[in-house]
Amino acid sequence: MFDYHALAPDFIVGITVLAVLGADLFLPERRKWLSAVVGIFGLTLALIPIFTLAASDGGVRAMFDGSYVVDDFALVLKGFFILTGYVVLLMSVAYIESDRYYQGEYYFLLLASLLGGMVMASSRDLVTLFVGLELVSGPAFLLAGWRKGDSRSNEAALKFFIIGVLSAAILLYGMSLVYGMAGSLTFEGIREASASMSEEPVFVLGILLVLVGFGFKVAAVPFHFWAPDTYEGAPTPVTAYLSVGSKAAGFVGILLVSYVAFAGASDIWGPALWILAALSMTIGNLVALRQENIVRLLAYSSIAHAGFMLVPFAAAGLVEGDSLNQAFEATVTYILIYGIMNLGAFAVVIAGARRTGSGQIRDWAGLGSYAPGIGILLTMFFFSLAGIPPLAGWYAKFVMFLAVLQNANGWTVALAAIAAINAVIALYYYARVVQSVWMDPAPDEIAPEPEPTGVSPSLALAFGILAVAVVLVGVFPEAIGQFAQAASSIAGG
Amino acid sequence: MEWFDNGWGLSLVVFTPLVGALALLVVPRKEEETAKWLALLTAAASLFFAVASAVRFDYGDAGALQLGTKLSWIPAIGSDYEIGIDGISLPMLVLSAAIVVLSIIYSWDHWPEPHNPKGFLALILFLATGMAGTFVAQDLVLFFIFFELVLLPMYFMIGIWGDRSRMKLPGFNKEVEIRLYASIKFFLFTLFGSAFMLLGFLALGLKGDTFSIPELADLGAGGAFTGTFAFLVFGALFLGFAVKVPMWPLHTWLPDAHTAAPTVGSVLLAAILLKLGSYGFIRIAIPILPDEAKAWAPAIAILAVIAIVYGSLACLAQTDMKRLIAFSSVGHMGFVMLGIATLTPVGITAAVIGMVAHGVITGMLFFLAGSMQHRYHTREMARLGGNLKLMPILGGMLGFTAMASLGLPGLAGFWGEFMALLGSYEPLDGLNLGVFRTAMVVGAIGTVLTAGYLLWMLQKVNLGEPKAEWDGHEFHDVDRFEFAAWIPLLISIVAIGVYPKIVTGAANDAVQALMDKAFF
Repeated sequence: MFDYHALAPDFIVGITVLAVLGADLFLPERRKWLSAVVGIFGLTLALIPIFTLAASDGGVRAMFDGSYVVDDFALVLKGFFILTGYVVLLMSVAYIESDRYYQGEYYFLLLASLLGGMVMASSRDLVTLFVGLELVSGPAFLLAGWRKGDSRSNEAALKFFIIGVLSAAILLYGMSLVYGMAGSLTFEGIREASASMSEEPVFVLGILLVLVGFGFKVAAVPFHFWAPDTYEGAPTPVTAYLSVGSKAAGFVGILLVSYVAFAGASDIWGPALWILAALSMTIGNLVALRQENIVRLLAYSSIAHAGFMLVPFAAAGLVEGDSLNQAFEATVTYILIYGIMNLGAFAVVIAGARRTGSGQIRDWAGLGSYAPGIGILLTMFFFSLAGIPPLAGWYAKFVMFLAVLQNANGWTVALAAIAAINAVIALYYYARVVQSVWMDPAPDEIAPEPEPTGVSPSLALAFGILAVAVVLVGVFPEAIGQFAQAASSIAGG
Repeated sequence: MEWFDNGWGLSLVVFTPLVGALALLVVPRKEEETAKWLALLTAAASLFFAVASAVRFDYGDAGALQLGTKLSWIPAIGSDYEIGIDGISLPMLVLSAAIVVLSIIYSWDHWPEPHNPKGFLALILFLATGMAGTFVAQDLVLFFIFFELVLLPMYFMIGIWGDRSRMKLPGFNKEVEIRLYASIKFFLFTLFGSAFMLLGFLALGLKGDTFSIPELADLGAGGAFTGTFAFLVFGALFLGFAVKVPMWPLHTWLPDAHTAAPTVGSVLLAAILLKLGSYGFIRIAIPILPDEAKAWAPAIAILAVIAIVYGSLACLAQTDMKRLIAFSSVGHMGFVMLGIATLTPVGITAAVIGMVAHGVITGMLFFLAGSMQHRYHTREMARLGGNLKLMPILGGMLGFTAMASLGLPGLAGFWGEFMALLGSYEPLDGLNLGVFRTAMVVGAIGTVLTAGYLLWMLQKVNLGEPKAEWDGHEFHDVDRFEFAAWIPLLISIVAIGVYPKIVTGAANDAVQALMDKAFF
């Protein structure tokens, strides 16, 4: 019943969450950053059982009547969440310290949200999935409003909270309909029942509502409108976490319900997600063209990327045959690579905004001439997001296209063409930032180097990890590809 | 030398510049001399390995892939690190390595604003890796990576070191600097093409269950790709390569990019980057989709002659010397594409030699235009004139290179144009004779126009009396770095003109083998 080995990563992170909270009680104000160290230490520790589990030949470890499963998918995604948390902690330390309040709580909330993502990766029934998702979202609401003196931060948290509650309600309603029709909460039970029910209007409605619920979480158009305001108002490390960790959690949800629970009803979610994908890519990219603020630009870019991640779903749903695994693998690959490059982009935003004292793109003019290090990193991560080889982003787009063309028909080819055109549009706004940084003249008075220095040691470490990863994965995509391949074994049951 | 023939040699050609570029990044910005020598040495090493490859190359078997290897690279998608060269890639590989070295030598004393040699040289070396890699790649995914690798360096080269004068765009109130407009235009056009090219590659890879170019060519020759599928794939590849060539009407990025780019950027762009597109047609589109190539050939031929005539006429309307040379590229690449469209060994050999000749000649023209701009601080042909009197050596070189460019027999430019026209008299069996013979006639008229605008340019720039505004100016004629960079180009213009076998010796057999496999 209880497989302690399988649960070890979640337990260790859970204990870390409590340890951080406890440490906060005893640490003096000047030493609060030590709670981040506790967190980093705990996350590193949690990686150990991930490796031992991956190495052990226990195969799929199912617990609680199959509601909680540790398989390759769960391990890959848990590893991803832990590493995301690791990098976000590194990005946060100096940033949060400079604001001087509630540091301990910050780390506690961040880690708690992370734990939610890990739970989701293992969940194989609707209730566990929902609990995991709320554990991701609840702390994130608070984190978004963490700068409580700042009205934008308040706005961010409030919007995020209201939309979060709304989406949770929709999701829950959809789940209740699905449960009512299928008579089962576990994905396996739903899948078995769904074969005979894809004609039932209530069941279809349930599926669509579940998708809408997750659509809010991943900020897919037309459920995206909260994202730019929330991203802009929240502290930047939190935004980084929302755009990577929280979005990945949403995708874990969509992946699990679509490919496992509703595997037999792909003719319902395929077309629906085709529309979401096409809209998200196109609208996200077009609106991003007009952005003046770099965080808002990245917010719309992350909406567009959600669209790219949804593209393989549409392909899998619209084409007969066994393309499920390929499509699943493509989305997982995209999430993993997107995580690396988007965290990198936000790390650059932290460093650049600190150096220039502004988040407006035009104020970053000439940054490359007086801070070439930040300029080079910005170029790397932004062009990786644009999908320019040899940076990691190309492979994400590549497998996305591969999955679409796998078993092509008119609809999927059309979507591939839309995605290709969007990839070109996206380049324009990423290049605009790069142009500002390298090609526009620096202002006459350059802001003095902030004290302490703009790039703190912990941020530099985060940069190091991400920069190496973005190049390494770009040149040897197998480094990511094999994990995605392992994870895709659960698709289609 | 076993190791050299097993792929190491070619890998060294490709990756030595990359190592140099990375090493440059750690050289302190003030140590300019170190940076220059480091760049020159790595580029020279790459050229050395390229020449060594040419020496090790077995010319008796030029149609086969040589000196290559195949290593597992991305098993998840079935893509390998597969490289190798045949008689078509060999001249291009040597040309690109050589042009890079000459560009660095030329740069030694000619730094465009805002200076920063370290960054500039690092970009040249990145470019070198991308260009050489494209010519040795025998795997579609690998080819794609290298093909795209040249985008970033060229984008930065134009955008940072480019022309800072302002221009007004139609429909906009604000003026923009030419470099900013041209760099993003170049980037977007090329990426637009290559996004579709990638879709085509993926479709081929999925259908053929391999990304290996030789294997796909075998499949293609066996008739594996047909119908709507092949039509769409060829269309996608066409978009990708045609933008790069550039073929009319996708050429509009080229004059802007060339005009805005710093001298060395223009040289590399004209000499090598444009060839990536035509090389793609020869290496990928035609062998893998021979039937579609046949179907598209008349259209390509028509676009090619339009490019020839349009390019020439556009040249006659230019007032800016660099822009004129840029439009001449459109015309010359039209001849290359016309040769390719004939799908005959003569035509495609014409394309290969035309590519090399255009690389050498137009590269040289851009060097000269750059040096003249450096001295006169203008490219307006109306303000130039009498150049031959002010700078006899430079003016003489310009005259000579312009003669080569207009296709004077005995110089390099002649063979590509002549053989392309010859090829279109007798295109591949089954192609519409009427279209190709008309194309030949129009192309022949194009050669006259080409002569016309080049002589017109010479008359305006070189001949006559110097303008009054230059009275009292002391002009320094060709300096030693310019000599060092230009003499090899001038020699090769004569050498290829007199003895075209330098290029065709290897290319002929390779083209023949390629055609035999695809069409017979």
